[in-house]
Amino acid sequence: MQDFLQALGQHAFLQTALLAGLLASLGCGVIGTFVVVKRIAFMAGGIAHSVLGGMGAALYFGFDPLLGALAAAVLSALLIGLVRLAWNAQEDTLIGALWAIGMAIGILFIAKTPGYTTDLMSFLFGNILLVPRRELWFMAGLDLVLLVTVMLFYRQLLAVTFDEEFARLRGVPVAFFYLLLLCLVAVTVVLLIQVVGLILVIALLTLPAAIAGHYVHSLGGMMLIATLLGGVFTSAGLALSYGPDLPAGPTMILLAGSVYVVSAVLSRFLARRRARRRRLLTATGG
Amino acid sequence: MIVGSGEVRTESPKQPVISIRDLGFSYGESPVLEGVDLEVLDGEFVGLVGPNAGGKSTLLKLVLGLLEPQQGSIQVIGQTPRQAVRRVGYVPQFPTFPRDFPISVEQVVLTGRLGFGPMLGWYRSSDRTAARQALAEVEALDLARRRIGTLSGGQLQRVLLARALVAEPLILILDEPTANIDQRMEGDIFDLLARLNARLTILVVSHDIAFISGYVDRVACLNRTLVCHTTERVDGDLIHQLYGDNVRQVAHAGSGHGHAHNLGHQGH
Repeated sequence: MQDFLQALGQHAFLQTALLAGLLASLGCGVIGTFVVVKRIAFMAGGIAHSVLGGMGAALYFGFDPLLGALAAAVLSALLIGLVRLAWNAQEDTLIGALWAIGMAIGILFIAKTPGYTTDLMSFLFGNILLVPRRELWFMAGLDLVLLVTVMLFYRQLLAVTFDEEFARLRGVPVAFFYLLLLCLVAVTVVLLIQVVGLILVIALLTLPAAIAGHYVHSLGGMMLIATLLGGVFTSAGLALSYGPDLPAGPTMILLAGSVYVVSAVLSRFLARRRARRRRLLTATGG
Repeated sequence: MIVGSGEVRTESPKQPVISIRDLGFSYGESPVLEGVDLEVLDGEFVGLVGPNAGGKSTLLKLVLGLLEPQQGSIQVIGQTPRQAVRRVGYVPQFPTFPRDFPISVEQVVLTGRLGFGPMLGWYRSSDRTAARQALAEVEALDLARRRIGTLSGGQLQRVLLARALVAEPLILILDEPTANIDQRMEGDIFDLLARLNARLTILVVSHDIAFISGYVDRVACLNRTLVCHTTERVDGDLIHQLYGDNVRQVAHAGSGHGHAHNLGHQGH
């Protein structure tokens, strides 16, 4: 840890990596909370994997792969959302198909692009140490879009997440806000791909919010704690991986996963103890 | 008040706020509703009864604009159901949200204010005041800070009622509001509805004709089509017609039974 702090002072790429992790954790806290309470983790996974198609195509045609990722993420979010709204039943099949088709397209494009190997690995598993400094601005821009949208439409997003039928009866354009929410998930996926790669995105999107949900019972509280936890996981994961020269992304995910397991057991234990104490109190109190 | 083109009854100056004409609806092959005509007048307390799968919930969904009529027409406050839905408060039979959702009672009630104020931004202080008033009206103000998942069936029903009331509706529609709570609570809820009827038109669905007949002005019986539409007494013939041969006349504990025969004497 001492080594890491010392190196952090010396190396600009480590500072950039740390900042990238912190910027990503804002998305994973705010949007991850919606993903967890709305139970659309599988949908987010589908969006994340289909992104490879966009990245591969962008690479092949000589664009920034991040722009390709953003386009592919929003496109598959809209596709999944529209199919769910129109047919309701076929959604999981479609997600599975988009998941695989996106990856297949991506692999084909990457195979035909010269000098691909390192890129593929960092797309899949992320390489936070290779994030260029200018991309921090791109990430900050995405964060701003997420925050402003959620703040402006918090009531509608909450209503659509909580009770779609009732929101419709209050005149909220449910289809629009449902698609908007999925687009926000898409933007967050792109944000997180920088840090942990598209395969591991789903863990960073759900675990911090799920851990927060063990202890706080309001959407806003979950967002705040999940953001903080996201920051802790990315920073600590980076620090832990630095000494033994481990890949940073998987280290962060394992850290988040372990904390989640411990927290799930602990929160269940605490809930049981509270219930027992309440029973005792009512028994002695009358 | 704006009203539809429906005729004004000579006996009463009241105007229809819901008028349903020759309504037909089917899911796929089998018709659920056929040739339904029903008018609910301003200020009335109408009970909609009928057997399970008799089309009661479907009729409500049509009145709320969640479904489109395949035949006939519906007008609510002189408008289409979709246009009028903001002036209609709805209490569903089952909560249509996950019970473990991290949200407080106050926040749930506030979602009823969504049709008010600007599209952007947070709830205003007038919304919060309205939410507390609605909770006080259903005698659930002490639950405001509780998490929705910790409520009992009766408490949850009151909160759902507050969520409907906070939108300042003209019409209140309830689908089996007491299906999931015990009988003592059932009376409490209907006493509350009777008080609200002083300023609201109420349409309540129930399968329990004997119980609700003590509270409502009028009963409409639905079994695919409107079997009866009566202000007269509910007797064995009617129940027979509605539910078929093998219905036992079940004696109801509590207040319900005594009211079964003094239904609506307002006359037609």
